Amino acid sequence: MTADATKYLSHLELGERDETFLDSNELIINMGPQHPATHGVLRVILKLDGEKVLGTECVIGYLHRGVEKIAEHRTYTMFNPYVDRMDYVAAVSNGLGYCEAVEKLLNVQAPPRANYVRVILTELNRIASHQLWLGTHALDIGAMTPLFYTFRDREEILKIFEKYCGARLTTHAFRIGGCLYETYDGFERDVKKFVDFVTPKIDEYEELLTTNRIWVERTKGVGYISAKDCIALGVTGPVLRASGVKWDIRKAQPYANYSEFDFEIPTGQNGDTYDRYLVRLVEMRQSLRIISQAVERIPEGPIMAKVPKVIKPPVGEIYHSIEAPKGELGYFIVSDGSTQPYRIRVRPPSFVNLQALDLMVRGALVADVIAVIGTLDIVLGEVDR
Amino acid sequence: MVNKLRGQYGSGIEALTYLAQNYIVADSSLTFELLQVMRDEEEFDYCVDVTAVHYPKREKQFDLVWILYSFPRNERVRVKTMIAENETFPTVSNIWPTANWLEREVFDMFGIKFEGHPDMKRILLPDGWKGHPLRKDYGIIEQDKEWVQINLGIESGQ
Repeated sequence: MTADATKYLSHLELGERDETFLDSNELIINMGPQHPATHGVLRVILKLDGEKVLGTECVIGYLHRGVEKIAEHRTYTMFNPYVDRMDYVAAVSNGLGYCEAVEKLLNVQAPPRANYVRVILTELNRIASHQLWLGTHALDIGAMTPLFYTFRDREEILKIFEKYCGARLTTHAFRIGGCLYETYDGFERDVKKFVDFVTPKIDEYEELLTTNRIWVERTKGVGYISAKDCIALGVTGPVLRASGVKWDIRKAQPYANYSEFDFEIPTGQNGDTYDRYLVRLVEMRQSLRIISQAVERIPEGPIMAKVPKVIKPPVGEIYHSIEAPKGELGYFIVSDGSTQPYRIRVRPPSFVNLQALDLMVRGALVADVIAVIGTLDIVLGEVDR
Repeated sequence: MVNKLRGQYGSGIEALTYLAQNYIVADSSLTFELLQVMRDEEEFDYCVDVTAVHYPKREKQFDLVWILYSFPRNERVRVKTMIAENETFPTVSNIWPTANWLEREVFDMFGIKFEGHPDMKRILLPDGWKGHPLRKDYGIIEQDKEWVQINLGIESGQ
């Protein structure tokens, strides 16, 4: 414990601790920023009484690159690849949100074919993101096998991305006005093959974990958050749905062409880590449902709308948000009528969701902190931007 | 809704729509009360984002923006107000707890202080850093050289 660490804790309203005969002193320990279970460079200062967590304080910003500042010095087109580097495990979702926001400002509609390709790639990316989450989350809690399973299957998605646009992670798949690339020969076949391949694999993950006694013990009742607290803290995505709120932007305020597909929003009742796990698994299955509908119905036609070479949106501002794998990802863009955005504000789901960590771990054990960081599914690239 | 609010506050607020998105521009003295009303009476229970925009040439340099969403009404609205440099604004973190970190980020990036905030300090940049990078007069490769030299032991971070 360093003297420096204590000063960060000044604001925590810590309850009275139990005075016992063998009263151990309160202990302040540092977790991270170099810690394998923080999924990046997150530093959490824990105030402990023995094993019990009395309060936490997150120290973030280690990965801050000033994305919003960079945006003001780039043109709309030039900024497009930067958004992939925020939530780098779901780069396609970031690109979709940004492109749609600028399209709205420009009053341009992506053609139907582009929308279908966008939906397929975004949903594939949602599955990839959830697979990565499941593998690492299970590894944190002590189950190593799921990691190998999920990474093996995620590889198939990355192969489709690579064949489509040449990149595996930071794909830069979409452009303002549609997609740059026409789908490659056999794209539909590959996607269908992937759906057939991964559907039984999700059952496999379930077999490994859902009734696994250690998994259930480590996740049931851990990191509880109520629906009321979720809304108050602005927590969105699977965390909100696991607390029982049936809210998904794909249904509430549909974007792209999500209104054309049949899918359900899974919800949980208990708002604990186990429910969040179940919700994400069902979400993967629902994504597969959307993909198989989209790939059947994908229309012919242009893949790019008519967009001026120099993108100069009229003066005005827009807020557009999408349902990223982690929650509501919003872009607030202010245009001054020039080729460069006057201001871009990114509303990152990870940043806002991380704020709930303190509430979720108070009174829990140190080991549960690891489980809760995992279940929040944060990506530090997006927290810090 | 707007008519009702108009009746309450008179000409201090103005409701506008751009690209099918509604926003309210309010006088800075009325905004806090307006936000409270939005939360309590108009059911805007989810504060999506708090952010700011810097216009250095204006007399009141900053636009403060709250993006609100209502679960019962499935509706979004933005509330905007203008404040001057060195002016503070009451915190909304007691209305929507989520504003806690969002306001800290606005302070970090723009230097706008929120009154009554439980923990008004920087969030992304280090505590001792000088300057607020999202202000328009802060250059893109500008940095707090002194901080970099003392804390990182290098000549320059660039």
